[in-house]
Amino acid sequence: MTIVRTIRPALVVFLFLSVVTGIVYPLAMTGVAGYVLPRQAGGSLVMKGDRLVGSTLIGQDFADARYFHGRPSVTVGPDPADPSKTVAQPYNAAASMASNAGPTSRALVERVAAAVSRLKADNPEAVLAGLPVPMDLVTSSGSGLDPDISPQGALFQVARVARVRHLREETVRALVDRMVERPLMGWLGEPRVNVLELNLALDTLH
Amino acid sequence: MSLSGWITIAAFFLCVIAMTRPLGGYLQRVLEGQAHFLGRIFGPLERGLYRVAGIRWEEEQSWMQYATGVVLFSAVSFVVVYALLRFQVLLPLNPAGLGPVAPDLAYNTSISFVTNTNWQSYGGETTMSHLSQMLALAVQNFASAAVGIAVAAAVIRGFARRGAATIGNVWTDLVRVTLYVLLPISVVVAVFFVWQGVPQTLHGSVEVTTLEGARQTIALGPVATQEAIKMLGTNGGGFFNTNSAHPFENPTALSNFVQVLCIFALGAALTNLFGRMVGREREGWAIFSAMALLFLIGVGVTYWAEAHANPAIAALGVDPTLGNMEGKETRFGIAASALFATVTTDASCGAVNAMHESFLPLGGMVPLVNMMLGEVIFGGVGSGLYGFLLFAVIAVFMAGLMVGRTPEYLGKKIEAREVKMTMLAVLCLPLAMLGFTAIGVVTGPGLSALSAGGPHGFTEALYAYSSAAANNGSAFGGLTANPFWNLTLGIGMVVGRFFVIIPVLAIAGAMAAKKVAPATSGTFPTDNGLFIALVGGVIVIVGGLTFLPALALGPIVEHLAMLRGTLF
Repeated sequence: MTIVRTIRPALVVFLFLSVVTGIVYPLAMTGVAGYVLPRQAGGSLVMKGDRLVGSTLIGQDFADARYFHGRPSVTVGPDPADPSKTVAQPYNAAASMASNAGPTSRALVERVAAAVSRLKADNPEAVLAGLPVPMDLVTSSGSGLDPDISPQGALFQVARVARVRHLREETVRALVDRMVERPLMGWLGEPRVNVLELNLALDTLH
Repeated sequence: MSLSGWITIAAFFLCVIAMTRPLGGYLQRVLEGQAHFLGRIFGPLERGLYRVAGIRWEEEQSWMQYATGVVLFSAVSFVVVYALLRFQVLLPLNPAGLGPVAPDLAYNTSISFVTNTNWQSYGGETTMSHLSQMLALAVQNFASAAVGIAVAAAVIRGFARRGAATIGNVWTDLVRVTLYVLLPISVVVAVFFVWQGVPQTLHGSVEVTTLEGARQTIALGPVATQEAIKMLGTNGGGFFNTNSAHPFENPTALSNFVQVLCIFALGAALTNLFGRMVGREREGWAIFSAMALLFLIGVGVTYWAEAHANPAIAALGVDPTLGNMEGKETRFGIAASALFATVTTDASCGAVNAMHESFLPLGGMVPLVNMMLGEVIFGGVGSGLYGFLLFAVIAVFMAGLMVGRTPEYLGKKIEAREVKMTMLAVLCLPLAMLGFTAIGVVTGPGLSALSAGGPHGFTEALYAYSSAAANNGSAFGGLTANPFWNLTLGIGMVVGRFFVIIPVLAIAGAMAAKKVAPATSGTFPTDNGLFIALVGGVIVIVGGLTFLPALALGPIVEHLAMLRGTLF
C-alpha cells in the first residue's frame, strides 16, 4: 500500500510531463513553425529554376574548377561495394561528422599538408600574387557541412574561377565583395561568404 | 584575438547580469506557489493532475521523502527511455526505418539523459527515430532539468528556513518548474531558432541534386523544439551527431549567442533566487560574483589559446590570423567557439559548437578543468547552485578552523554531519573521474576506444570520465564508445548525479531544522569580497590538488610536445 502511494505520483507525473513536453510541445510547435515560417522550418531549401539544388545552410562538395570550393569535409557514407564499411563522402548531410583530430596528431598535419599542396596547385594565380593560404580552406569544419568560407578564402579562388569561366577578375571579385556577410551590428559573428549562394550568383553572371 | 571577439564576450556577460534578477524573481513566484500569469491559465490543469496522481499538494515533505521522490521519478524515467529506445523499430515516427538501439547503448543513453548528462555514444541522425528523439530524449531534457531545479529549490529552502522539518514538495516543484519555467521559455526560444533557420518538421530527410549534379540527402526533423530545451535545461544532447556545430542546430552567430545565453540563464537566476529566499539578495550576488570570476578567467584563457594557429600547421605556410580553425565553423570563428566551449562546461550543458578534441592543448584544458571543478560556475540548472553551496560549506568550515570558531553559514552552525556529507559528495566526483580513467587507460577494451596517440589519447579518456561524472556530456569526440565505455561511463553518470543530490538534500534537511544565531562581531560575513575570494580559492585549490597530476600527464605535456614540434 505504501509502495503504491509513493510510486503513483511518480508514474502519473511522468506520464503527464511526457505527454506535454514529448508530444504536445513538439507537434504544436511543428504546426506553428510550418505555418508562420515555412521556409526555415522546412530546412531553408533553395531552387534553381524548378530544381531543388540544396539548402543554403548546408555546404556542398564543390570540386569543379568553375565553382568556388568550400572547406575540407571529413564526413563518410556507406561503401556502395560493401554497405558494412564506410568511404569518404564529403558533405554527407545525412551523417554530420568532424575529424576530431587532436593538435599533435600526425594524421592531421599530413592531411592539412596535402590540402595546402592541392589548393596551391588549383590556384596558381593566387600563389603567384603572394596571397597567404587561408586557414579555413585547409582545415575541416566542426560539422563537415560548413556552408561558409572566410572572405580571404573566397578571394584566394577569384582568379581561378575567372580564368575558367572567361570572366574578368574584377567582375568576380566584385561579386564576392557583394556576397560577403558582415558581422551583425559590426561585432556579432565573423565575416563570411556562403559558398552555395555565391556559386548560384556566379551562374547568373555572363 | 579581435575587438569584436571581446565585445561579444562582454555583451554576453552583460546580458547574463541583466537577466539574473528578473528571472530570479519569477522563479521565486513559481516555486513559492505565489500568483503569476501562467498559473492563472494552467492552475486548474495543475490541480487536476495532483488529484489524479494522489498528490496532496499543500503538504510538504521531509528531506528523505523528497529524495525518495527524486530517485523514484528518475527510475521510472530510466525504465521508460530504455524501453522506447529498444522498441523504436515497432513504434511510429521512424521515417528512416532505424533499428532497435543496442542494449549497452540504450542503457548508456537512458542514464545519460535521465541524469542530465546527455553524453551521446551515437550519432542522432543515424540512430534515433523521431519518436525516440521527442518522447524519450526530449522529455528527459525537460524532466532532468526540472529535477535539478527542484533539488536546488529544496536545498535553498533548507538554508532559508529555521526550525523546520520539511523542505518542500517534490511533485509540485517538478510540475511547476516544467509548466511555468522550462516550457514557456522553450516555446519562445524554439520560435526564435526556427526564424534563424533551425528546421522543425516531421520529414525525415530531403533529396536534392547539388549544383554540380551530385545527389545529397539532407537529414531534417523536429530540431528547434529539442534545441531550445537542450540549451535552457543545460542538457546538451544534440539532434545531429555534430551538435551545435551543425548548421541546422545553430545556423547563425545570433542563434549561437542566444544558445550560450540560454545555458547560463537559469543557473545565474538561481543565485538570485537563493539571495531572495534567504532574505538578502546580496548573498546571491556574492555567489554570482565568485562564479563570474571563474567564468571570466576560463573564457579569457580559452580565447587566447585558440586564437593561435597550430604551430605545425602554420609551419606549412598557412596564414595564422584566423587561429585554430580545425573543428570550428566559419560563422562562429574563434571568439564564439571559445565562449561556447567555456560556458557549456562551466554549466553542465555539454553541447558543443566546435570540436573540443581539436582545440589546442591549453584551450581544451579549460573545458576539462571546468568539469573537474564540479561545474559550479553557474553550473547545470540546479546542480550548479547546490554544487556551489557544497564549496561554500567547505569555505566557511575552513574560515572557522582558521579563527577557531564553530563555522556558520547564514547564521546557522555548520556541524560535523554537514561537513561529512559535503566531503562525501566532493570526493565521489574525483573518485569516479580519476578511478575510471586509471582503469580505462590500462585495460584492452578501454584502450581500444581511444583514437589519438600520446598524451592526447590519455586526455581523451580523462575528458570522457570527467564529462560523465560531472554530468556534462561533451566529449573529445574521437573516442568511439564500446560496451566497456558505455558501461563504465553510465556508472560514472549515476555517481555524479545521485551521490551529490542525496547528500546535498541531507544537508538541506539538517540545515532547515537549525536555528539562527544572531550575527556578532565574530561572525564571518558571506556577502563580501573576502568570502568571494575564499570560496573561489577553495574551488580552485580543491580541484587543483586533486587533478593537477592527471592534467600534467595530459594537456600540459601535450602543450610542451606541440611547442617542440612532436607529433603522435
